[in-house]
Amino acid sequence: MIKEFDVIIIGGGATGAGVLRDCSLRGIRALLLERGDIATGATGRNHGLLHSGARYAVTDRESAEECIRENLILRRVAKHCVEETDGLFLSLPEDGLEFQSRFVEACRGAGIRAEVIDPKEALRLEPSANPSMIGAVRVPDGAIDPFRLTTANILDAKLHGAEVLTYHELLGFIREQDRIVGVEAIDRRSGERKEFRARIVVNAAGIWGHEIARKTGVTINMLPAKGSLLIFGHRVNNIVLNRCRKPADADILVPGDTISLIGTTSSKVPFEEIDNMYVTAEEVDLLLREGMKLAPSLAYTRILRAYAGVRPLVASDDDPSGRSVSRGIVVLDHAVRDGLEGFITITGGKLMTYRLMAEWTTDLICKKLHVVARCVTAEEPLPGSRESEERVAQHLHTLPVAQRFSTIYRHGEMAEQVDANDAHKRSLVCECEEVSVGEVEYALNELDVTNLVDLRRRTRVGMGTCQGELCACRAAGLLTESGRYCARQAKQDLVHFLNERWKGMAPVAWGDTLRESEFTMWLYDGVCGLTNTQNTEQ
Amino acid sequence: MKFETIIIGGGLTGLLCGIRLAKEGVRCAIVSTGQSALHFSSGSFDLLNRLPDGTMVDNPIEAVNELIRQNPEHPYSRIGVERFATLAAEATSLLIEAGIDVEGDALHNHFRLTPVGYLKPTWLTISGYVRSEHADKLPWQRIALFNITGFLDFHPQFLSDAIRRFGGACSQHTIDLSALQTLRENPSEMRSTNIARVFDRVEVLEELARIIKESAGDADVVMMPAVLGIDRNDGAKRLTSMVGRPVRMVATLPPSVPGIQTQIALRRYFQQLGGIYMLGDTAVNYNIENDMIKAVYTVNHGGDPLFADNFVLATGSYFSRGIETTAEGKLTESLFGVDTLYLSERKSWYNRDLFETQPFERFGLAADSEQRALRGGHSIRNLYVAGAGLAGFNAVKEGCGAGVSMLTALFAASRILQKI
Repeated sequence: MIKEFDVIIIGGGATGAGVLRDCSLRGIRALLLERGDIATGATGRNHGLLHSGARYAVTDRESAEECIRENLILRRVAKHCVEETDGLFLSLPEDGLEFQSRFVEACRGAGIRAEVIDPKEALRLEPSANPSMIGAVRVPDGAIDPFRLTTANILDAKLHGAEVLTYHELLGFIREQDRIVGVEAIDRRSGERKEFRARIVVNAAGIWGHEIARKTGVTINMLPAKGSLLIFGHRVNNIVLNRCRKPADADILVPGDTISLIGTTSSKVPFEEIDNMYVTAEEVDLLLREGMKLAPSLAYTRILRAYAGVRPLVASDDDPSGRSVSRGIVVLDHAVRDGLEGFITITGGKLMTYRLMAEWTTDLICKKLHVVARCVTAEEPLPGSRESEERVAQHLHTLPVAQRFSTIYRHGEMAEQVDANDAHKRSLVCECEEVSVGEVEYALNELDVTNLVDLRRRTRVGMGTCQGELCACRAAGLLTESGRYCARQAKQDLVHFLNERWKGMAPVAWGDTLRESEFTMWLYDGVCGLTNTQNTEQ
Repeated sequence: MKFETIIIGGGLTGLLCGIRLAKEGVRCAIVSTGQSALHFSSGSFDLLNRLPDGTMVDNPIEAVNELIRQNPEHPYSRIGVERFATLAAEATSLLIEAGIDVEGDALHNHFRLTPVGYLKPTWLTISGYVRSEHADKLPWQRIALFNITGFLDFHPQFLSDAIRRFGGACSQHTIDLSALQTLRENPSEMRSTNIARVFDRVEVLEELARIIKESAGDADVVMMPAVLGIDRNDGAKRLTSMVGRPVRMVATLPPSVPGIQTQIALRRYFQQLGGIYMLGDTAVNYNIENDMIKAVYTVNHGGDPLFADNFVLATGSYFSRGIETTAEGKLTESLFGVDTLYLSERKSWYNRDLFETQPFERFGLAADSEQRALRGGHSIRNLYVAGAGLAGFNAVKEGCGAGVSMLTALFAASRILQKI
């Protein structure tokens, strides 16, 4: 069976989802293929920082300007994904104050509000900040939920006729002379091979785009730079904390939802490792050591998990850290660059500029398809950001208060689609994050959820303090009841979910995290009898 | 205050040790923070299911010799082959005396049905729970499986799938009782223990029996989640007679009703025997002289020392905070700071696959041949350690958690009794 589209987008991160939405809003028939779940690459593995651009102001003026522009746009069109926290750039005694004046000047030059405040005032605004700071600058940083952002883009694209296939991996391209005319992909769940035709294929696969381009014979030199982060068990800070110095390791602490996270480290990794990133004990120690300088209380705050992403940077020199490599947006029209028609690569950039990257890519697509349509993504709010919280809350007045606001917080006005009509639908699957049966069912039916790890990204089931201790099993039961999979697959999925969780917990397994891990083993291996071997046997 | 023996830790280990001593007239006190690993129990007690090399165990008494050969560090090594069978028998009788009606045999493991539908070997199972003599079949053909509407900690799909796999026929039913309406209105209240409290009421149990009777058809057995009996432990028995056919329960996700029931029954028995159970108290300090603990201090008793001739440390492992770990890769015992055994590099503590053997599970308290704690390699002459906090075993992989708790508790008790 061959299906035809105008555009096929490879990669379900924020960029791919953004291109999909932009295309469908401009009347272009688009298909998105993602080999796993949405937002599983660099999109879901960063700080979730709504950059003001201040961080780049001194070193990369262009990025800083892009950031502040997009920052202001996202606060408007993706407000249910954004928390307006503001940010502080702290100068510690070891940093000195020399950098601060350059920093403030550069921020203002780039159009970023940067207000020098008294350290005492800074401490009053953010009591978790290091009291030994000698200077502080307030900037319009914020927090952004990348899963919610990607989901909202996909949701809107689908409402406008786009198609999305997750767990579909690209096998190869279909070529006619020097033109790409489609792709062959495999459905990783059924094993079925499928062909899709389109006039343009967009490579939006982040670091994996390196290999995807190679399949067409085109070379893009990408640099995989690993960045590790730690998630803490509660919100340590309410304002983003940065170090006021040249960008370095572990110098940003971002609050988000119920947690705070510190990052990142930066190290070059070989391409063989990008599918399986483990955070090392040394990286954990470094993050903790540096993080404590921003907020001393991190020394005794429980760490929930560690995770790492791979920055998809386009290499321009041989900097081993990957930090001085341009973060600028790179749109490659391979017709011009390599004489290959029908193939575009969008790379570089960052989560903050995903919308702009999508806009530029879609502009190029329109040009190639001779479509005349203006980009509206800077004005049209995403689903979830279209109504005021107060109005939605009125509609959902039957829900218990905590549950009501958690659901609205996660889904904006889409929360109205969550079934809360009877007591069963309102019963809680996940107590840490107040996720109800109704919300899980909404995610299963509307948000392309196929397993527990997907569900976590859509609803935060299992992202809270207990990291899915009991709710994973409850949710697996609901997935089975809904007919998503059989009991055997449910058990495999549970094992998979728990191992994914352990991957993040093992590097920080001491104190309470080790305690929680022992409990997990007692419960799932001991009481329930789940093991890897048993699942492969049956 | 002055006691003959003070036990720190009021879980399965501490209680069994206390009961054993109190039965001999020893004046005992237990200091307990309140919660224990029993709150997550399966309703069964494992003695030994698997050897370190992976071999499955059918007869724990016969296999213990080989276990000791393969792992001389195991707490069972100190007990030794001869005493092992005696202590296992003693543990069984004490449970039964305390009113916990267990069935099973240390010469032959039977199987319990897990919440996700596996048959797992075990030693003792509380009556009223599903048990089978076989690893691949259940003792019934036609099974009526019930769950309670809105109860998310029990998933009949896992079990119905298992029942079919084991060659049985399964009909599924849900129960919607008006008595549970109040619980259901609060989204986080539908948990096993809350439901069990409702079923403790006779009229609700009768209503339940009526519904089950109506819909169970020609089933040989009725299966339901373990939500019967917090204050009374004859729920399954009473339901069985009301329904006119066997009613058997299957463990749920925590909290564990059979575990809490066990904890309550043991505590009552200990108190009946004259033991003092200091609930909600924590030992925080101690006096030591000439390698002997003189007294401990607790939060509730403040500066008032609790003196005793002997002390038992039964504070459990990581979960119960008997042992604690730090980011620097240190493992310590929280109260007395006694010697611990562990690997010093944090990255060697864990295996990347959660379901593989985790090295940290074997870490814990060091002990001499009399199961006494050590400090700087020297025995503390009147401080015995027992239970999950001991080093040298893997409760989950070897299936010996309850066995180690109970047998090391009784071994410690026997050492103390020998001295008196």
